[in-house]
Amino acid sequence: MHPQDQITKPVLEVRNVTKFFGDLAALKEVSLAITRGESALLYGPNGAGKTTLLRMLASLARPSSGEILFDGRNIERDGTQAKAAIGFVSHATFLYGELTVRENLKFFGSLFGLSNLEKRIDTALDLFHMRSRSNVFARDLSRGLQQRTSLARAFLHEPDIVILDEPFTGLDSESVKNLESLMLRLPEQGKALLFSTHDFDQGAALARRLIVLRAGRVRYNGPLAGAPLDDLGIVRSAERVTDE
Amino acid sequence: MSSLKIIWNVFAKDLRVEWRNRETLASMCVFGLLIVFLFNFAFETAHEENLRLLPAILWVAIAFAGVLGFNRSFASERENACLEGMTLAPVDPSMIFVGKMLANLFFLGIAEVVMGFAAALWFNVSFLPALGELILIAFFGTLGYAALGTIFGAIAANTRMREVMLTVLQFPIAFWILMLSIDATGNAMRGDPNGDWLGGVARVAGISLVFLVASFLLFEYVLEE
Repeated sequence: MHPQDQITKPVLEVRNVTKFFGDLAALKEVSLAITRGESALLYGPNGAGKTTLLRMLASLARPSSGEILFDGRNIERDGTQAKAAIGFVSHATFLYGELTVRENLKFFGSLFGLSNLEKRIDTALDLFHMRSRSNVFARDLSRGLQQRTSLARAFLHEPDIVILDEPFTGLDSESVKNLESLMLRLPEQGKALLFSTHDFDQGAALARRLIVLRAGRVRYNGPLAGAPLDDLGIVRSAERVTDE
Repeated sequence: MSSLKIIWNVFAKDLRVEWRNRETLASMCVFGLLIVFLFNFAFETAHEENLRLLPAILWVAIAFAGVLGFNRSFASERENACLEGMTLAPVDPSMIFVGKMLANLFFLGIAEVVMGFAAALWFNVSFLPALGELILIAFFGTLGYAALGTIFGAIAANTRMREVMLTVLQFPIAFWILMLSIDATGNAMRGDPNGDWLGGVARVAGISLVFLVASFLLFEYVLEE
């Protein structure tokens, strides 16, 4: 495959995906594609379907109809490679309270079958400044520190696709800056980044592409620069301050 | 990664979590002992009657202690959505099932040994004459029961009335394992005159393996929402 093809060919593709919870349609015929080396902000109000979409991309939920492809293969039928390539952070931390930070990472790393696991754990812990707390039980950590451990878990296997659902939850300003700089570096490394946040300005500073979801439908999917923010009902915080 | 390694990692993780909080095993043993003690207190019977009643008493104690353990086993998975976290890994969900099922089998096995000792003491019976048969019956009966407990524990973990749900879901199906196990245990303890103890073991093993295989195959679908 030509290197250029590898960059432009979608690594994750959502095709006409609809998701029902009972009678409620959380997503309605959503289609979009994510390519390697791009960073996309998934934005929308509460209940727009962002978390549902991200969970489906991480293979944690199945579409009611439509399909999700990883490198052209349906992840419902063959999800192993997709799982190995995706790092996912959600609202839940996926951490065992009775295990230490290191033991948690060791357990999840072992499920990924990673070699040089101890070295990888040290690298992931250093990435989120958690090395000094590696022997602390997860239950004794604050929400912010649990979030940093959860991020370390997601980056442990050096995923090609990073999916982050509200990753800044509970983080202090220094940790936010650290995560932001890491997120900015991911596209340069040829990795795909898809994340959601309620702070549009913070997200816009980190992404080149904008996907707006509203009531389960994609309202906008394109470059962030030049996106019709007014039409999409997005108010930037600078404008909000000026209005007030 | 080899399936055995995944199974071992899940099993070892459950053991480590239990070692740290000591909730599951302690509650299973105490609850099981209470049931055996209460029955002993309620029935002041002769030795022959003890041999007739004890298999049912023991399996009732095992059944209720097991439910308690299966609920606890998934409590740590439910917290912070850890079960979901495991499914993010590129592993066959059936291997996660086997790891968790073996941990449940291990805990229930220890509780059974404790209950067995207490029952022998309080009911003044000896298991030694039929120890080999009883170990086989207990192993296969517990294997099937732990398999059902693991899959129904995973189902109930995502429901609102999870403690009630596990009991309601599990007992109607586990009834068959319990019934055959009680029958086989009784025959073994009384010294079956037809010498058909192997048939009893085979029936318990057969039904347990059916439930084990069914649970193994269905676990993947249980993990999905």
